[in-house]
Amino acid sequence: MAKKKFIVGSFTDEAVLFPAVKKVRRAGYKLHDVFTPFPIHGLDKEMGLRDTSLHTAGFIYGITGTTTAVSFITWALTIDWAINFGGKPYFALPAWIPVTFELTVLFAAVGMVLTFCWLCQLAPFVKKDHFNPRSTDDTFVMALECTGSTNESEAQQFLQSIGATDVKVETRETGWWLGSYANDRMRFEKN
Amino acid sequence: MSLLRYESQVRAPLVDGTKDYHQVTEDICRPVEAKPSRLWWTGFLISLGLLLFGIISVTTEVIYGTGQWNLNRTIGWGWDITNFVWWVGIGHAGTLISAILLLFRQGWRTGVNRAAEAMTIFAVMCAGQFPVWHMGRVWNAFFVFPYPNSRGPLWVNFNSPLLWDVFAISTYFTVSLLFWYSGLIPDLATLRDRAKLKWRKAFYGVASFGWTGSTKHWQRHEALSLVLAGLSTPLVLSVHTIVSFDFATSVVPGWHTTIFPPYFVAGAIFSGFAMVQTLLLVTRKVLALEDYITIEHIDVMNKVIVLTGSIVGIAYLTELFMAWYSAVDYEWFAFKENRLNLNSPYGWSYWLMMGCNVLSPQIFWFRKMRRNLFVTFFMSILVNIGMWFERFVIIVTSVYRDYLPSAWSTYYTPTIWEVGFYLGTFGLFFTCYFLFSKFFPVIAIAEIKHILKKNGENYKAKMTKEEEDTVTQFGEHHLHEH
Repeated sequence: MAKKKFIVGSFTDEAVLFPAVKKVRRAGYKLHDVFTPFPIHGLDKEMGLRDTSLHTAGFIYGITGTTTAVSFITWALTIDWAINFGGKPYFALPAWIPVTFELTVLFAAVGMVLTFCWLCQLAPFVKKDHFNPRSTDDTFVMALECTGSTNESEAQQFLQSIGATDVKVETRETGWWLGSYANDRMRFEKN
Repeated sequence: MSLLRYESQVRAPLVDGTKDYHQVTEDICRPVEAKPSRLWWTGFLISLGLLLFGIISVTTEVIYGTGQWNLNRTIGWGWDITNFVWWVGIGHAGTLISAILLLFRQGWRTGVNRAAEAMTIFAVMCAGQFPVWHMGRVWNAFFVFPYPNSRGPLWVNFNSPLLWDVFAISTYFTVSLLFWYSGLIPDLATLRDRAKLKWRKAFYGVASFGWTGSTKHWQRHEALSLVLAGLSTPLVLSVHTIVSFDFATSVVPGWHTTIFPPYFVAGAIFSGFAMVQTLLLVTRKVLALEDYITIEHIDVMNKVIVLTGSIVGIAYLTELFMAWYSAVDYEWFAFKENRLNLNSPYGWSYWLMMGCNVLSPQIFWFRKMRRNLFVTFFMSILVNIGMWFERFVIIVTSVYRDYLPSAWSTYYTPTIWEVGFYLGTFGLFFTCYFLFSKFFPVIAIAEIKHILKKNGENYKAKMTKEEEDTVTQFGEHHLHEH
């Protein structure tokens, strides 16, 4: 498998990380990813990542649940085996609201979690690389991908100059487990 | 970064002591990485013993049938359904904390949500046991699901509240589990990356699903949490509403009332918060997490207890009033003779319920009482006794006297196997909780770090002298200057 080189630097303060991300993008380096121990609001926008569509997926799963419940119960209780419950109508929609609601929620929740795992490629027994184990503790780890035009030592110096510590060049095999959001990036707009 | 996250400096910090991100990790991971204490082993073995007693009780019931319980001709639902409703109710606080308080942007939920959600899952597991083993021929339990069968296929009755319950409880369990576990994944990754021992690396490696903390993953994780919270909020309200429909849609005097859904939901949150208090007061002490589950947290939860307890009190009085005002003889008889009358066979249980649920929580109007750990612990037990009796009153006092006096039942007391089954669910609940507190972080590490720089004691903007002054002091210091 092909190998890729990354310049990896660590940050300990969000206040330094935010301007650093902006500078890296302005300088035209290819930002591979920033690994953080907790969600940092606004960092995704700063990195130019577009919004996730997970909500939309959840909505679609939800209405799938609704239609599944309504159509199945209708079929079972009015067509397949209609039972007369004390002379009440066969098509007793109000009485089906609870089950319909529960299935809506169930489909949406299960579907969204599975989609989340699929998009992020998370599953039991999956191993991934995030360069620095401290990135799940107290360190924000920024990885720049070396392209053909990247000067490694210059990039290392640049990272140090914008506040990164512990700057290293790391080599990794490419593969799905590295993840890449190259197609996800929005263009950097100077402001 | 967003304006919604502004924290007033008047609010007390949610994380005490001088902490940085690494210290948070250390503090919360310590109990997981240390050897279990003697106290842990004692508690765990007692729970395991109770669980064993429960298994024996249930086995007896399955072999010899529900005749092993003292249920009789009119009291078909006795301790078992009382326990079912009680446990389901307890579960509700976890979802309230994790979902509804997330939508309301309540920062204090971060200290208690992980343990409360775990409590929800274990409580729902316990609750589910009762209707299942109550079936008697439990090997036919799968008949409750609509699957193509050789009997027609004869489908389940989708118009029945008992079937709604099947869907509500199973959905509630699944969604709570997903919500809880998706929140755990980043914290399990923290444990994985800290692990020194081989089995720890392997265990947390598998359990953390290969989480890296990539910004894009966090973005999706946040979206997932928010939508799951949005789904769980109506879900938790629907679950206890549907449980109340089990009673409210029947025509039994004492059950046939429209106030049941909101009254049941308030009662569920009330008893659930009491159970959260019981668990967390012990957890914070034993695991030395007082900096994260602070007196502030205890205080706000006691406020929720006095609020929901008072809602429950109003509901009791409303249904009492309506029973009289409705001028339905049977309804009023159920309240006047079967409940209010202290000399009736079960009159004592009604007044015990009133005392524990309506009167005793009023003590929490006093700030000093809300912040007293002994009072809080005592009250949390008292509330759960009261809430157990609420369900007992609803079930037993409504059905032990039928429309026909000749059918009135004899006095109902549980057999040792009914009691054993109930104690067994305590065993199941605490066995699970002990294992959880040993192998999983009981506080959401990432979420605490997220609020640390807004709410941590050493980061929070300090109040100025003027802001701390009382009105008179302020007047003395400043107004006379001019």
